[in-house]
Parts: sequence; structure tokens; C-alpha cells
Amino acid sequence: MLFVKDLHAFYGRAHILHGVSLEASAGEVVALLGRNGAGKSTVMKTIMGLVSAAKGEVTFDGRRIERLQPYRIARLGLGYVPEDRRIFTELSVMENLAVGLQPPRTGAPSWTEDKLFALFPNLATMRERPGGRMSGGEQQMLTIARTLMGNPRCVLLDEPSEGLAPIIVEQMARSIHALKGEGLCVLLCEQNLQFSQAVADRAYIIEKGQIRFGGSMAELSADASLREQYLSV
Amino acid sequence: MTFASIIIQLLNGLAAAASLFLVSAGLSLIFGVTRIVNFAHGSLYMLGLYGAYSLIEALGRTPLGFWTSVVLAALAVGLVGVLIEVLVLRRIYRAPELFQLLATFAVVLVIKDIALFTWGAEDLVGPRAPGLSMAVEILGRRIPAYDLLLIAIGPVVLLVMWLLLTRTRWGALVRAATQDREMVGALGVDQARLFTSVFFVGSVLAGLGGALQIPREPANLELDLSVIADAFVVTVVGGLGSIGGAFLAAVLIGVAKAFCIGVGTVHWFSADIVFSKLTLVVEFLIMAIVLVVRPFGLLGKPQAAQRLAADPAPPLTVPSWTFVLVGLALLLAVPIVADRYVTILLTDIFCFALFATSLHFIMGPAGMVSFGHAAYFGLGAYAAGLLLKRAGLPMEAALVLAPLVAGAFAVVYGWFCVRLSGVYLAMLTLAFAQISWSIVFQWDSFTGGSNGVFGVWPAAWLAGKTTYYYLALAFCGAGIALLWRVLFSPFGFALRAGRDSPLRAEAIGIDLRACQWIAFVLVGALAGLAGAVYAFSKGSISPSAISIAQSTDGLIMVLLGGVETLTGPLAGAAIFPWLRDEVARRTEFWRAVMGGVILAIVLLFPQGLVGGLKALSQRWREERA
Repeated sequence: MLFVKDLHAFYGRAHILHGVSLEASAGEVVALLGRNGAGKSTVMKTIMGLVSAAKGEVTFDGRRIERLQPYRIARLGLGYVPEDRRIFTELSVMENLAVGLQPPRTGAPSWTEDKLFALFPNLATMRERPGGRMSGGEQQMLTIARTLMGNPRCVLLDEPSEGLAPIIVEQMARSIHALKGEGLCVLLCEQNLQFSQAVADRAYIIEKGQIRFGGSMAELSADASLREQYLSV
Repeated sequence: MTFASIIIQLLNGLAAAASLFLVSAGLSLIFGVTRIVNFAHGSLYMLGLYGAYSLIEALGRTPLGFWTSVVLAALAVGLVGVLIEVLVLRRIYRAPELFQLLATFAVVLVIKDIALFTWGAEDLVGPRAPGLSMAVEILGRRIPAYDLLLIAIGPVVLLVMWLLLTRTRWGALVRAATQDREMVGALGVDQARLFTSVFFVGSVLAGLGGALQIPREPANLELDLSVIADAFVVTVVGGLGSIGGAFLAAVLIGVAKAFCIGVGTVHWFSADIVFSKLTLVVEFLIMAIVLVVRPFGLLGKPQAAQRLAADPAPPLTVPSWTFVLVGLALLLAVPIVADRYVTILLTDIFCFALFATSLHFIMGPAGMVSFGHAAYFGLGAYAAGLLLKRAGLPMEAALVLAPLVAGAFAVVYGWFCVRLSGVYLAMLTLAFAQISWSIVFQWDSFTGGSNGVFGVWPAAWLAGKTTYYYLALAFCGAGIALLWRVLFSPFGFALRAGRDSPLRAEAIGIDLRACQWIAFVLVGALAGLAGAVYAFSKGSISPSAISIAQSTDGLIMVLLGGVETLTGPLAGAAIFPWLRDEVARRTEFWRAVMGGVILAIVLLFPQGLVGGLKALSQRWREERA
């Protein structure tokens, strides 16, 4: 469903991505692992069109998207959940969800507020609360719910477990399983290996803007030297 | 004052506040979402007034004709706003703030000439509102019924806007985009269409504000800048992006002005204080006080840092000695080889060059954008003239003391200004320039009021055009050299560090506020020197030397040349006055032509002329390599 081939990207003059290639299919959860500053978030931003691709191809659902504006990419059914959540702090939960609203699309699960409240029960109790007065975990749920309002076929989750209490991380893992169960394609960035092992089918390891490993989660779990080399801090 | 007269002044103020609120609400809404300070918002107001006038003439002076015209005029202005957004602003949302400002100022020039072409230069007095031309008696005084209607319209529009923003998805999108427009785009919202719709609504409000004034004030070509100055004040006092704040501020300022007019002349401590002449001063004093006490306005919030900030400015390069010496040699030779006209034109250009360089210093390296730099230019000019004519000092002394006077004003104004940053700072500088202008304009007995000061000629030994040319070259050249030298001193580095990262600069022990204050005073004094040299070269001074137009001329010079280079302001100062002269000689509609030129430059050379040339030559070299 999502194919990235030889992707290069720059911040100003700094060359961040050096030919990243990866893919993710429907009904699959793929983890992109790497240390701080390895380029995980930049991969997502470049796929989403928020950072322009200097070279390379991004294909989503059979369409080339690397030259499209972010809103066009989102409208094709590619959802993006940013690392720092980027909740609209002045807007209530319901209003945040309204901003994400897109018409239903064929071949993707259709979300309503009620269905999302079933997935994230905490949100149901604070419909009118401004985004700025929510806890980090609640904000993380809201930002995922907001993106799901667009009825995406595939979601990019940038560090969904970052800074969350263990109990919330567990809940987050259940939610991601639920998304997979709906047939979504999920690509997530993580530094948290345990969390990734709990949710992902396959994994890529990125270091200095290059993919160093691609394979099943089981393979990665079995290879201690790989983890030692690229992931341990 | 009696109770009745207080109530009457209150009603007057509230009626005046209505249109002020409408135009400011539009400006605030547009700024909130697009981060563009729309200089052309006053022009949209003016178009609303003219449009309503013409439509009423066409549709008839009946209640139906009147109100249809008002609504149609507002909607038509909304479409003009859409046109501006689609044709101009959409292309420069990622450009530096100042370029956006320059582009909207170019639109001001174009609209002014379109209005001149369509409606002529004469003021057009519209009809009273049919069916509402009577007066209502309140506490024994007669109040026009139309004023009472205006008083009601303000809160009604406030309510409608509030419902629109809090009860519709469009409103949620607008508020979301105000905070984080990139995220809104990543959620599938077409920003371009959202921005266009916001521009439409904002422009309709401006057009409505203008159209509703038709029974109260004649349509004229000066409204654009005077209204935008008022609207700036109201938005800043209320808090940028806050509609409720705009309402509060419009009422506060409208009522304060009405009271000034109502009080009239008061005898205090054996001096007559003419309050009715202080309306402008009062307005800007309110703004200065509010900004110092609440830097983000009455109901405003600190501005969120922009996620898509422009790239940091590249380091400055020192102009080469060859360039400087060759340039100087050529300028020294000019009076020998060229005619009198060129000599006089160049004398003017020297003054503008120092004026532009001082402005560049404060807005570029020091990172404090000034909308009111003409204050110091004008104060220097007036100080020179008044020291000569009123204090009877010799010309040489007046020329040397004038920059100190301008610098002294900069000490006071700067104390307030360095407490703010960004758009708020720019607005405050505009406010101080406008205070200075209104004092100069209204203090007939001392400054000559609208006529200005005459007979400001240099001493006999300097009076020859060639001699004065060399004097201007020496003074302005020394001023520019001083500013360049300072930029590469530790003090200059501290300023640039503070611009790029205020927190880190403070953390390594730089007292940023003090540095900025000193810089403010330095450029103020040197702009004052430019003004003084200019005054003696012209022989007269008029209030236009302090006007908003003079300030924007300076901005145009700097931005034309390019804010990221040292030589840019010189190029801008040389090209702009010359270009304006050339165009003005050929057509009555020179403003539109200048506006077109500025727009072309902004859209084609977003780094300014010198910056653009540098980029071109670099690309050429890279291709050859």
C-alpha cells in the first residue's frame, strides 16, 4: 500500500535522509526503529509532504505522492499523527475531531465520534474540554482520534508511546491492534523496542538517514547484536 | 461636564467605534490565520465607502436602495479581497513577514490609483440614510438616529462573528489554523481555500465598515492610510487575532476620542489645552500604555512561534574596499562631470541612503522591524529647522544638534519599543511616529502645522549646490560608515546574536534589552542626521517628513535592495526616488505603476534586488564550476 524508494531529504543544507526505502501493506503494522536524530520523524514528514523530497519516490495506493501538498496526500487516505501531538489547544475535543473530519472513503474503515470514543473511552468523558487542558496521554489519544476522523487507509504514527505512563502505553498498544484489525496499514516510529515488539509485524532500523535492517519483528528479536549496534543507548 | 454631555459623548464614541471595530475585526481575523498584516485593509474600507456611494447613486436614495447598496458594496469588497489573496498573497505565504507587508503596501498604492481613476480626486459626499435622517432626542440633546443604529450594529456583528467562530466547522478550522496551519493541512484541509475564505470574510467586514460610514464621512483618497493606522492601533490594543479584543479596543478608543472632542479647550495652569486637537495623541497614548502594561493587548495571547519560520539570515559580508573606494571616487567626480539636476538628485539620495541604512540596521541585523522610522528622520529635520528659525542658532550648530534631538526622542520611544518584539514592536514604532506626526501637524504656533517650516537654508559658505553636495556626501557617508563599522564590532555581533536567539544571547551574558535600546538610539540619531541634511538641502520641511508614507518609503528602499545585504539599502535608496521621479513625470497614476513594480519585485525577487542578483551570480558560478 505504501512504497518508499530511495528517498532523500534536506533541512536547509543539512542532508538528513540518504536514500530511504521501505514498504507497508494493508492490515500490517510496521515499526521504524532508530535512535534520537536517526531520521525517523523526517521519513514520516517527507512521506506526508511536510518536508519536501529532494529525490526518490513515494507511492501510496498506486499513486505517486512525493510532489503533492500535504492536504492532498491526507485526502488520498494517508493519515499522519505527529510526534509532539500538535493538539489545537484552544479547541475542544469535539472541535479537534471536527478539524480532522473527511468524507468516508471506500476500502477504509469509517469512523464516527462514537466509534472513536469506544476505542479511546477517556475521550468520551471530556468532549467539551479544551485540548490544552488535557494530560499527555489524553492528548496522544486525541491526536490519533483526530487523524482517524479522516477515515485513512494508512496511518503514520510518530512515537505514539513517547512520554506516556506504562498503563497508557498498554492501552495504546491495544488501540493499534484494533486499527490493524480494521485492516489499516500502520507505520510507526519508535525508540521503545518493547512497545514495538508488542504491536509490530515487521521492523526497519534507520541510522544516519539510512535503512540498516529490514525484516520481521521475530528476526530482530532474535538478533541481539543488531539491537546492540543500532538501538541500545 | 454635565451628566447629559457625558452620555452624549459616550454615544458619539460608540457610534464612531462601530466602523472602527468592523475594519479591525477583519484585520485581526486575517492576521490570526494567515499571519499577514494586511496594510491594504484601509484601502478595502475606502473601496467600501466609494462603492456604496456609486451603488446608491445607481439604485436610488430609498431605504431599499441604500441598504442593498451597503450590502452589495461590502460583498464586492470581499471579492476584491479574494482577488488580492489569490493573485498576490498566496504566492508569498512562506516569504519573510516584511515582504508580505511590502506586497500589501503595493496593493495600497494600486487601489489608491484605481480609486483616483474611477472616482476622481474630489471628496464625494454621500446621502443621509433614507428613513433614518431624523434625530432622536436624548437628555435634551439631538442624536442622529443613524448613529444609534451604528451603535447597535457593532455588538450584532460581534455576536455573528462569535457564533461563526465557535459554532461552525469553518470557525473551528479558522481557530485551528491560527494555532498550527501546517497541522491543519496535514489533516486534509486545503489551506489555500481556507485562507481565501478568511480573506473574503475579513474584507467584507472592512467593506461593510466603509459602506456604513457613507452618511457620516465623505469618500476620499486619504482614508486608506488613516484608517489602517487606526485599525492597527485597535487590533494591537485589543490583541492581535482577538475579535472581542478588537471590539473592546474600538469602544475604548472611540469613546476616548469623542471625549477629547467634547471637552474642547480647557484652561489649566495658565495654559490653554486644546483637547479636540489631541485625539490622535490620545489614541496612540492608549496604545503605548496598553502595550507596556499588557504587551499582547487587552485580550491577546502571546504569539505562537511559527513552525514555518523563514530560514535564518545568512551572515553579513563586508563590502570590499575596492567597491567602497571606486564608489566614493565616482561620487566625488559627479559635480565635475554631471549637471546640476544630477547633483541635486544625488544629494537627496545620500539622505535617503543614510535613512535606509539606519532603518536596515535596526530591522535587519538588530531584528527590530520599525514601521515608524520616519519619526527620527522627521524629528531631525524639524529639529534642524526649528533650532535655526526659532532658537536662532547658526546653521552649523543646528545641523550638529539636530541628530541629538532625534536621538533624545529615540531614548524615550526606544525604552518602550525594546520591551516588545515582532508585529507588536512594529505597531508601537508606528504609533510613536504617528504621535510625533500629530504633534507636529497640530502645533501650528511652534511647528507651522500643515505648512511646515520655511527658509531653512544652509549658511552662506555651504549654500552652493556643489558645496552642499560634498557636505551631504561627507555627513551621510560618515553615518553609513559608522553603522557598518558598528555591525562588525562586538556590539553588532551581540545584536545579531540577540536577533537569532534571544534566549541563548541572554544566557551568555548579553543584556539584550540594553543593546537594543542603544541600537535604537544610534539609528534614531543617524536617521535624524539624514533628516537634518535633507531639510537644509530642500530649504523647507513639511509634516510629510514624519508621515507613514515616509516610513514606508524607507521600508520599500530597504526591501527593494534586500534586507540581507549591506549594500542593498544603498541600491534601494538610489533606485526608489529616481524611479518614482521618472514615473511621476510620465503619468498621473504613478502610484499604481510603483505598486506594480514593487509587486513584480516581491514576486520575482523575494530576496530584494541585490540579494536576487547575488543569488543569480552564485548560480551562474556554480553552473560553470
